[in-house]
Amino acid sequence: MRMIGATLLLAFREIRRHLLRSFLTTLGIIIGVAAVITMVTLGQGLTADVQNDISGLGSDVFIVFPSRTDPNVSPPPFDEADIRAVRNQIAGVEFAAGSVTSSATAFHNGQDWQTVIQGADGEFFDAQNIEIAEGRGFNEEEEDRGESVCIVGPTVVEKIFVEDQVLGEEMRLGNVSCRVIGIAEDRASSPGGGGGNDANDIVFMPLKAVQRRFIGNDNIQYFVVKYDPSYNTLTIQNQLVSLLRERRVIQEGEDNDFNLVDTAEISDTIGQVTGAMTAVVTVIAAISLLVGGIGIMNIMLVSVTERTREIGIRLAIGALAKEVRLQFLTEAVVLCCFGGMLGILLALGLSILLANAIDLPFLFNPALNVVAFVFSAVMGIIFGYYPAHRASKLDPIDALRHE
Amino acid sequence: MTQHKLIELEGITKTFGKGPAAFQALKGVDMKIDRGDFVAIMGPSGSGKSTTMNILGCLDVPTDGIFRFRGIEVQALTRDQRSLLRRRYLGFVFQGFNLLARTTALENVELPLLYRGETKKQRRIAAERSLDKVGLLPWASHTPAELSGGQQQRVAIARALVTDPDVLLADEPTGNLDTERSLEIMELLTDLSDTGITVLMVTHEEEMAEYARTIVHFRDGLVARIDRGHKSGAPLKEKV
Repeated sequence: MRMIGATLLLAFREIRRHLLRSFLTTLGIIIGVAAVITMVTLGQGLTADVQNDISGLGSDVFIVFPSRTDPNVSPPPFDEADIRAVRNQIAGVEFAAGSVTSSATAFHNGQDWQTVIQGADGEFFDAQNIEIAEGRGFNEEEEDRGESVCIVGPTVVEKIFVEDQVLGEEMRLGNVSCRVIGIAEDRASSPGGGGGNDANDIVFMPLKAVQRRFIGNDNIQYFVVKYDPSYNTLTIQNQLVSLLRERRVIQEGEDNDFNLVDTAEISDTIGQVTGAMTAVVTVIAAISLLVGGIGIMNIMLVSVTERTREIGIRLAIGALAKEVRLQFLTEAVVLCCFGGMLGILLALGLSILLANAIDLPFLFNPALNVVAFVFSAVMGIIFGYYPAHRASKLDPIDALRHE
Repeated sequence: MTQHKLIELEGITKTFGKGPAAFQALKGVDMKIDRGDFVAIMGPSGSGKSTTMNILGCLDVPTDGIFRFRGIEVQALTRDQRSLLRRRYLGFVFQGFNLLARTTALENVELPLLYRGETKKQRRIAAERSLDKVGLLPWASHTPAELSGGQQQRVAIARALVTDPDVLLADEPTGNLDTERSLEIMELLTDLSDTGITVLMVTHEEEMAEYARTIVHFRDGLVARIDRGHKSGAPLKEKV
């Protein structure tokens, strides 16, 4: 026990003596450890973020949007009749709600702000779990008549409403004037819009209002289908597909000109993507750690040669082979542990920085860091063993004569 | 039961290398050394005195023959068993001092105790006592680079003494020192010998050997002559 304490002290002293050399030696380990931790941390952040987004889309929900089969032909849009058909003809569908988006500059009291206009009725809000924080949602009359009322996102409130009074105010969206009746709840990020979009930078209006005043037709850009979870997802999906094929007159053998996304499926896909990414990074990190380990072995061999005389003295005064081996092994392990620790610190900094830069949540994973640290120590044992063994096998007489 | 001497060499040979390139450094050395003796081993270079010293120091084993130390047949021991013998009973002083660089005198002296598993406090006390014996306690916190050659050799002697060894082996201890420092070291070894410690010293300098009680002359891998009962003293001083 005392031997271990003294050996550790000696190892620290040796490393301090060659600070730059020790640092350069452990660089491989530092980079390897930092790479793994950063990538896994970001991967987990990304997965969490996407899962969060998906929960924003609502569960037990299909999202249906047109897709091109021929790159030169745009697919026909959906309309109100499609949505009605889905709602009425498929058993298990609780409701279906369409949506369109446009963009416009919002004006109020001399402030202006470029934002997204989304047309959506109450059912759409329900399907996507969009809550109203203040005021109220659209009523049936407003939806049916496409009245010019709006529900604003927190970002828009912040940008153009300088005073506290928001509800009941008249604002202008491009050339359209509308009355604010509600403020949407703060949401983490935009569903389907990618991590970078601000879900709060939005103005909702009744679907018809946006179709009429901003788009100029009755088309539906995409719609969500909420179903009863006690029904089989696949059955509903198949029914949905055949209904839409029939309505869009797609012949047998032709591809669908629409896409149907199951939120559960997105979550699976993202899981697979991050899994693959983690695997790639792990391989890269393994190579980096291998190179780092060889670096450790190299410098330990140099150290053994440099300190041959010292080893000779230790052997002469009665050190056992295993004690000399322990000394050099400890040094290699301590060196690697330092590398691991620096790697963890570097990963911490990098993860926070990158998570901020690409707008992902930073999730600290203690187990991952502990495993990385233990792994570095194991690297020290693996790559420190041979040099330590060589030191322990030196002949004391030759070692003492070594210049 | 036979009473063994502290050190007994019987028909010791040592051959380096194999085949036609083989070189026989020792050709059958017989020698006995009593506890408490002060022995100087002399001879021209290549006479086998260093090889003998390495065997006596349990650093090397003979090719053939019997080496008994405290009645133990050392040639039959493993490497680690010999290490334990060195740790327990032997202290080494080398021509080149062989102190750990960038390590204080005190820590150098503590080193052998580390391998005995003594506590930090025990190590410190013993090392300070040992440094005091060689008169270097005030230099305890100095590194070898900050000490003169004579002082470094005293630190080395303190290191050899710190474990209270039975035998102090000194290989050309004055080889790197000027005459005045050499005489100081020899005085120190003589004093140690007077306290009952067995001192074995290799030297090729007649005047240093004069300090010993027994002088063993080597020639061509054999013991040529042993002068026993030599009166230990300071012949140079008498001449002066």
